[in-house]
Amino acid sequence: MKQIDLVIIGGGPAGLSAAKMAAESGLSSLIIERDFKVGGQLVKQTHMFFGSEKQYAKTRGIDIAKILVNDVLKYPELIEIMTDTTVVGLYKDKVVTLLQNDKYIKVQTNAIIIATGASEKVLAFENNDLPGIYGAGAVQTLMNVHGVLPGQNVVMVGSGNIGLIVSYQLIQAGVNVLCVLEAASEIGGYKVHASKLKRLGVDIKTSHSIKKAIGKEYLEKIVIGKLDDKWEFIEGTDEELVVDSLCISVGLSPLSNLLSMIETEMKYVSYLGGLVPLIDKNHETSIENVFVAGDVCGVEEASSAIVEGYLTGLVVAKKLGFVHPNYDELYLDFKDQLQNLRSGPFGEKLRLGLEEIMR
Amino acid sequence: MRIKEHPILTFEEKKELSFFFDGKEVFGYEGDTIASALHALGVKTLSHSIELHRPRGFYCAIGNCSSCNMIVNGKANVRTCVTLLVENMQVKTQVNKGDIYETN
Ligand SMILES: Cc1cc2nc3c(=O)[nH]c(=O)nc-3n(C[C@H](O)[C@H](O)[C@H](O)COP(=O)(O)OP(=O)(O)OC[C@H]3O[C@@H](n4cnc5c(N)ncnc54)[C@H](O)[C@@H]3O)c2cc1C
Repeated sequence: MKQIDLVIIGGGPAGLSAAKMAAESGLSSLIIERDFKVGGQLVKQTHMFFGSEKQYAKTRGIDIAKILVNDVLKYPELIEIMTDTTVVGLYKDKVVTLLQNDKYIKVQTNAIIIATGASEKVLAFENNDLPGIYGAGAVQTLMNVHGVLPGQNVVMVGSGNIGLIVSYQLIQAGVNVLCVLEAASEIGGYKVHASKLKRLGVDIKTSHSIKKAIGKEYLEKIVIGKLDDKWEFIEGTDEELVVDSLCISVGLSPLSNLLSMIETEMKYVSYLGGLVPLIDKNHETSIENVFVAGDVCGVEEASSAIVEGYLTGLVVAKKLGFVHPNYDELYLDFKDQLQNLRSGPFGEKLRLGLEEIMR
Repeated sequence: MRIKEHPILTFEEKKELSFFFDGKEVFGYEGDTIASALHALGVKTLSHSIELHRPRGFYCAIGNCSSCNMIVNGKANVRTCVTLLVENMQVKTQVNKGDIYETN
């Protein structure tokens, strides 16, 4: 069986940053990624990021991905990357099973950082499984990575930042966005993103949602309606729209299922997107030497995923005897950055959610 | 449909790849996933639900939801949204849970 100091599951911003910081400390690691490339959700984000310099604000997501990947490639002796490889099993004695090209591979490790990210939620309505109904992030991948359009006439469900950003990017790619539907009485995402869309004439319909989809082999039409303050459809407000695509952007849920395989203590926290592990201040779970970083322990943003990656990489290395020369300074800096990212009114729910999972 | 002009991104001309969709020869480009190549050809239905045989397309595009599973080179349940297109691939629509295949 292959012996590895540290296994990092997921090659998104959190996983890549963890590997970098571990390597800076002198610890070797193996990154396992199920996609054919590393970079996670960043590889499709053509917009510029918010935040501060340290998390590459004002840089486009696709370029941040390149920076993170290059950082990791600077340590060829210490960091090994396996793409097209899915982690399918995790055992308490720190054996990890991988599936690569129809072959199972077993790896024995001393520590694990789980950085599997999150997946887009679905929404319940009639015929919600018709082809032509996609997660908003999925459409972003199709357009921005592969250069393929989902269709010509699209409606977006959800006005959080992802819904707003992807709507804007659909228009950039030449797609007609009929409207954005938002069940709440207010727009969910940042005002700047909403204003950009409004300037382009896109109607953001608050207190509205999708009632049903219509189509035989694929999506042809949708019925939308107005909601009352209990989020019930108001009779007589139905409206039929002809669309070939519908994007669902109603949040993400952490891909935390691997953690359940080793009986990690978990909790359902809606503010964090779903089922998440309990963690201590260093992101260690209830199982010793099993750490988590990024969206898997609470859906946030790439900026915080990067810093959480650095933090866990730094801490794990120290636990295994590889102390970074600037450990104390970096540790405080990462903690500080995370606190700043979560400050302000937009971070409130997140802060409450994170309090609930502290061990 | 492929994007031709974009204010931020450039999509360079890539090598054309021929592959087979339900027996018919079609084309995609190098760098496509199977799902993106089919989508560009206007094919949205990639699989069918097991019980009711309802048509399904891709949903998550990150290899998680299994709604894009197809039979590729005889192998069932291949996640076509995260599998790169390869010249001469045989891609088929899947209508059941998928049969175990023989490697030779
Ligand atoms: C449409 C959209 C727009 C966004 N816009 C912004 C923005 O403007 N600013 C911002 O800061 N954030 C944004 N985000 C959020 C940001 O992308 C995520 O918070 C960030 O990518 C999380 O990083 P991560 O490393 O935790 O997870 P991910 O980036 O999701 O990476 C996880 C990786 O793990 C891999 N993986 C999962 N399971 C396995 C397994 N079993 N075996 C092997 N590999 C596995 C996945 O393939 C993936 O590559 C956006 C997200 C979306 C979906």
